[in-house]
Amino acid sequence: MISMVIKRIGNAAAVMLAVAFVAFMIFQFLGDPVQLMLNEQATQAERDALRERLGLGQSFVMQFVTFVTRAMQGDFGISYRNQQEVMSLIAERFPATLELVLVSTVIALCVGIPLGVYAAIRKGSPIARLLTMFSMIGVSIPSFVIGILLILVFAVQLNWLPAFGRGDVVKFGWWSTGLLTPSGRRALIMPAASLAMFQISFIMRLVTAEMLEALRTDYVKFARARGLPNRLVHFRHALRNCLMPVVTMTGMMIGDLIAFALVTETVFQWPGMGQLFVQAVMFIDIPVMAAYLMIVSAIFVTINTIVDLTYLWVDPRLRQAGVARGYHAH
Amino acid sequence: MHIDEAGRAGRLAEWRRRLSDAWDSDLAYSFRATPMAVASALVLLIVALTAFLAPLIAVQNPYDLTQLFLDQAELPPIWNEGGASPYLLGTDVQGRDVLSAILYGSRISLLIGFASVIASMAIGIAVGLICGFAGGHVDNLLMRVGDFVLSIPTLLVAILVSAVFRELLPVNLRDAFAPVILTASIAITSWVQYARIVRASAMVEARKEYVLAARILEVRTPRILLTHILPNVMTPVLVTATLSLGLAILAEATLSFLGVGMPVTQPSLGTLIRIGNQYFFSGSWWVVLFPAFQLGLIILAVNLLGDWLRDALNPKLQ
Repeated sequence: MISMVIKRIGNAAAVMLAVAFVAFMIFQFLGDPVQLMLNEQATQAERDALRERLGLGQSFVMQFVTFVTRAMQGDFGISYRNQQEVMSLIAERFPATLELVLVSTVIALCVGIPLGVYAAIRKGSPIARLLTMFSMIGVSIPSFVIGILLILVFAVQLNWLPAFGRGDVVKFGWWSTGLLTPSGRRALIMPAASLAMFQISFIMRLVTAEMLEALRTDYVKFARARGLPNRLVHFRHALRNCLMPVVTMTGMMIGDLIAFALVTETVFQWPGMGQLFVQAVMFIDIPVMAAYLMIVSAIFVTINTIVDLTYLWVDPRLRQAGVARGYHAH
Repeated sequence: MHIDEAGRAGRLAEWRRRLSDAWDSDLAYSFRATPMAVASALVLLIVALTAFLAPLIAVQNPYDLTQLFLDQAELPPIWNEGGASPYLLGTDVQGRDVLSAILYGSRISLLIGFASVIASMAIGIAVGLICGFAGGHVDNLLMRVGDFVLSIPTLLVAILVSAVFRELLPVNLRDAFAPVILTASIAITSWVQYARIVRASAMVEARKEYVLAARILEVRTPRILLTHILPNVMTPVLVTATLSLGLAILAEATLSFLGVGMPVTQPSLGTLIRIGNQYFFSGSWWVVLFPAFQLGLIILAVNLLGDWLRDALNPKLQ
């Protein structure tokens, strides 16, 4: 068990090192930071001084080591575009993204699980077939299209909800939340709904598939034979056994969603770190790009590792066989 | 002369037999019995035909700036007040006919979708065959690379690859190479699942007797891989390819929408939605809505067809 845990954590560290290497290579290949940071009149002495300060005179390996050490301390340098510290730029925008992702996940769970259970229990009924059809449409229509449609209807035509921005926020130290003000909550509705759409379909399909499998098992048949009412059979016996994969898959999806939220953030001009990244890509603001890549990957890898470890802890069979759990969101 | 005619008749009969065999096969029967599959195939056929015949059908070439007239900008669709023929679905701010732009845009979207699926399939098959057959260190290394690709969110990789490639190219070549860059960035993020499928099947096949027989006959390894093993691992690969075509089209549209895909001068559906998104606050909803509808329709049809194919070829469900 302990060796498996160490192995998983080692894997995660190796992946992060590889991500750091990719980020470092982007620095190496794209543009000369000295040229980007100084103006044209800079003297050769100034250039050399900056080169020295940035550590560009060191060997390739040493530069990489410096890069990784700094990154681990949260130091990703200065943004080329607005000359601010990258870490504070991201920290300022991180709460907005996390709030959006978490609220949309809660919506998706609250809607997706009941619908999935219904589609499984009433398999073949007209409503269940309609739900399956809807889930197919939900995974097919791009989330930016859904976002634009929502804006067209609820902001432009009906004028009920704001089309962009985050509304008023309340600050707690460096953390900010829009959940405590009316305008913040109103601004959150459409972005969260459009981000939830894909998840609802995904969770619904997963719950339906798991439920159909559970309904065929012997313990469910036994529960029915005991004459338990359908409600108890479905919710206490069948659904409970489906929740574990649903919860872990949702957990894994959060990592993906933090990256994917950048599309929704672009549509609704939501001031999250995804929007920051998209703007950085436009301006080739490499420190911001690299920092975003590393932070999102770190979140993603951490969540996946925790999920893997939870499985090891819950399911003793995996410990002996030493096989990797084949659950991936892709 | 006589022999020639007999030969032709024979060939015709042969073709007829093959066609009727295909018509009677399980797959074709399942296709006919699934209205959803027939409808999706029909939609895709119409979309593909109109897209590839766009130069003949469209009233204007949206890439040709001399055909755009600014005095006919922002016309609504023809059934609305102010709409004018021949602009069936209206025009955008630059006087671009929305319908023509959709037809040309669908062509780009479909082409990049297909190209990136074929590219990722080719990479995946090559890697999978090598890993499954060679094993050892090569296998270990390549599979680790695959794990690494999957351990970063795919959208992020695609955006970064696309941005980096663009930046490395000289400015005047960027727009011309945009489709290639997009195809590459989508392929780089999606070859892993093919590699895993092919590797697993190739490992099983490589131990079977027909492969041993071929080896004893001293058939060369590349030939064994391509003509003996590959045909036996193709079915799951093709199902995966159909299912991931929808994802590839979606990925292209997303990248173009974000502004790291097709340029405004050669808009794909995603670029059109991006352009429309900037103007619909002024009331011209048709510029964004129609391309969005077309994109949703294409992806939905592809996904429905892929779902049907997966179920039809799944031996467990038969």
